[in-house]
Amino acid sequence: MSMRATLAFATLRRNPARTVLAVLGIAVAAALLLDMVMLATGMRESFRSLLLTRGYQLRVSPKGTLPFDSEATIDGATAIVTALRANPDIRAVSPGLGATLALPGTRFPSVFSLGLESDVQGDYVLEGGRDLPPPSDTTASAAAPLPAVVNRAFLLRSGLQLGDTLTVASGVDAQLRTTARARVVVLTGEGRFFYVPAETPVMALPLRDLRTLLGSAYRDRMSVAMAESRRGDSASVEAVRRWIAQTQPRVTAISTETAIRQVEERLSYFRQLAFVLGAISLGIGFLLVATLVTLSVNERRGEIAVLRAIGTQKGGVLRQVFLEGFMLSGTGIAGGLLLGLVTARWLNGILRDFPGLPAAFDFFLWSPEAAWKSLLLLLVSGTLAGLLPAWRAASIPIVRSLREDAVG
Amino acid sequence: MTHSTPAGSRGEVVIRCEQVQRSYRMGDALVQAVRGIDLEIARGEFAAITGPSGCGKSTLLHLLGAIDAPSSGRVLVNGRDTAQLGDTEATDFRLRHIGFVFQRFYLMPTLSAQENVELPLAEAGMDRRARRARAAELLGYVGLGDRRDHRPTQLSGGEQQRVAIARALANRPALVLADEPTGELDAATGERLLELFGQLHRDGTTLVFVTHDTVVANRAQRVIRLLDGRVSSDTRHGSA
Repeated sequence: MSMRATLAFATLRRNPARTVLAVLGIAVAAALLLDMVMLATGMRESFRSLLLTRGYQLRVSPKGTLPFDSEATIDGATAIVTALRANPDIRAVSPGLGATLALPGTRFPSVFSLGLESDVQGDYVLEGGRDLPPPSDTTASAAAPLPAVVNRAFLLRSGLQLGDTLTVASGVDAQLRTTARARVVVLTGEGRFFYVPAETPVMALPLRDLRTLLGSAYRDRMSVAMAESRRGDSASVEAVRRWIAQTQPRVTAISTETAIRQVEERLSYFRQLAFVLGAISLGIGFLLVATLVTLSVNERRGEIAVLRAIGTQKGGVLRQVFLEGFMLSGTGIAGGLLLGLVTARWLNGILRDFPGLPAAFDFFLWSPEAAWKSLLLLLVSGTLAGLLPAWRAASIPIVRSLREDAVG
Repeated sequence: MTHSTPAGSRGEVVIRCEQVQRSYRMGDALVQAVRGIDLEIARGEFAAITGPSGCGKSTLLHLLGAIDAPSSGRVLVNGRDTAQLGDTEATDFRLRHIGFVFQRFYLMPTLSAQENVELPLAEAGMDRRARRARAAELLGYVGLGDRRDHRPTQLSGGEQQRVAIARALANRPALVLADEPTGELDAATGERLLELFGQLHRDGTTLVFVTHDTVVANRAQRVIRLLDGRVSSDTRHGSA
């Protein structure tokens, strides 16, 4: 360590309690700033990664609606999906139909069900058991139980296990206690569903079978389709979206980018709050360092005058005091990084438990670039905070300070 | 027995003051601390500046040490007019040519004795190994070879002032200036310190110290007495 650094470090060690308190203050400010940055970018990035989990950049929903924003469905789904699949710029299309099915004889009356094509579905990842058969598999007899993939919440609440069977029904008349159609399903697999809250039971069935179960009105319907552009760049995705809008007048196509923009608009107040709190924490860090270093300089006027008298240049005093601010900020920020990550993890756990949130959604997301930028900003701010007291220290009038110190 | 001798006749002049005046404002009042001093101090001299409080002795010491500039007149140290030096030059000049010892020691409290002595050596750009050796040598010279790692708070007042002297000697200055160096010490400790100053003088260091204590002043080879900012007497003893 250089003599200047030794002296700066020794100065900070001189009042250990004060230094520790200042470092803690900066650490808290740094943690707050980091958490705000993680919160501001986390929801957006989490939403983006959620939407792009399986690479689908486009959602096709009934005209004027957002995916699963209403119970509206699109008729003539087969023709639309076939047209989309015929476009060479589209790599894959995944149609999906959402419906509520009754579960007579189980612990809860109904379950949200998704009809999907297992070879292209982008709604869940299989975590145990067997997946749904692909649509091309027509070997199963009409009387055989329908295969179903369910989530952990379903298994926990129903008390069933993989391999168990149960009856699902549609067309329930609550007054007459009758159902229009019923089928036995066998729980073949357990999946983690991306867009369904973790605490909500959900069941995925083959799309064709769910349509049959729902009756003739649903024979050719879908709630949503996801499409993947062959080229992933924004311009290509937008070109595909425009093409869908032009050729399929009964649907609305929305790209991930647009969806993120819409979410961002809805959450803008959240980002503003994060920005304000982040700016406040930056200001607190600045003031803490400025106050402490100014206090320290004022206490050492005589000493600094002596340093100048024995041959320390103004620049040397400036660098030393500057270094004190840097050391304070650096140590505080290192602690703040740790504190920020711990608190973000804790808060994320609390917020993720809110009902109605997708299982894969995070509020606080570690984004190295954003985090380092914000901490660097705090380091620069803290170091700059030492600049004014450093300049004052370097400009101390030697004779007057010695005289005042001798009198004092 | 004392006698007055022009310094110039004793050898090379280290300090020359020509009609030096220094005044400064204190509130609304204009204080004339130094009022036209002519003075020469030769290399190797041991001089004490004495006089009652407020006579201008500390102001004169600051002028000799190039930490203050005269309102009029000239102060030449080693032939350099200190008023002509810019801040950077003056600081470098002090670093390389002048050693300071203060009444209140002014050691850096969180540095060891060794590190305190190393400070001006580091400022002068000496590498770590060389400055450690030089600091150890100086601490040995002032009798603190076994106290190198002690912090100022672990040293007595006399020991702290010895460290301050070692620090003042670090860059082999042409001149050592001391402001009331025994002012904060008891009589016995002050006496031992004056013996050290005598040793420095015998080893060829040019020494000027300020004291209001005439007994202490008389330990110097030459006593310059100030009154109201002027030299009222300038006397020499046979030896320090």
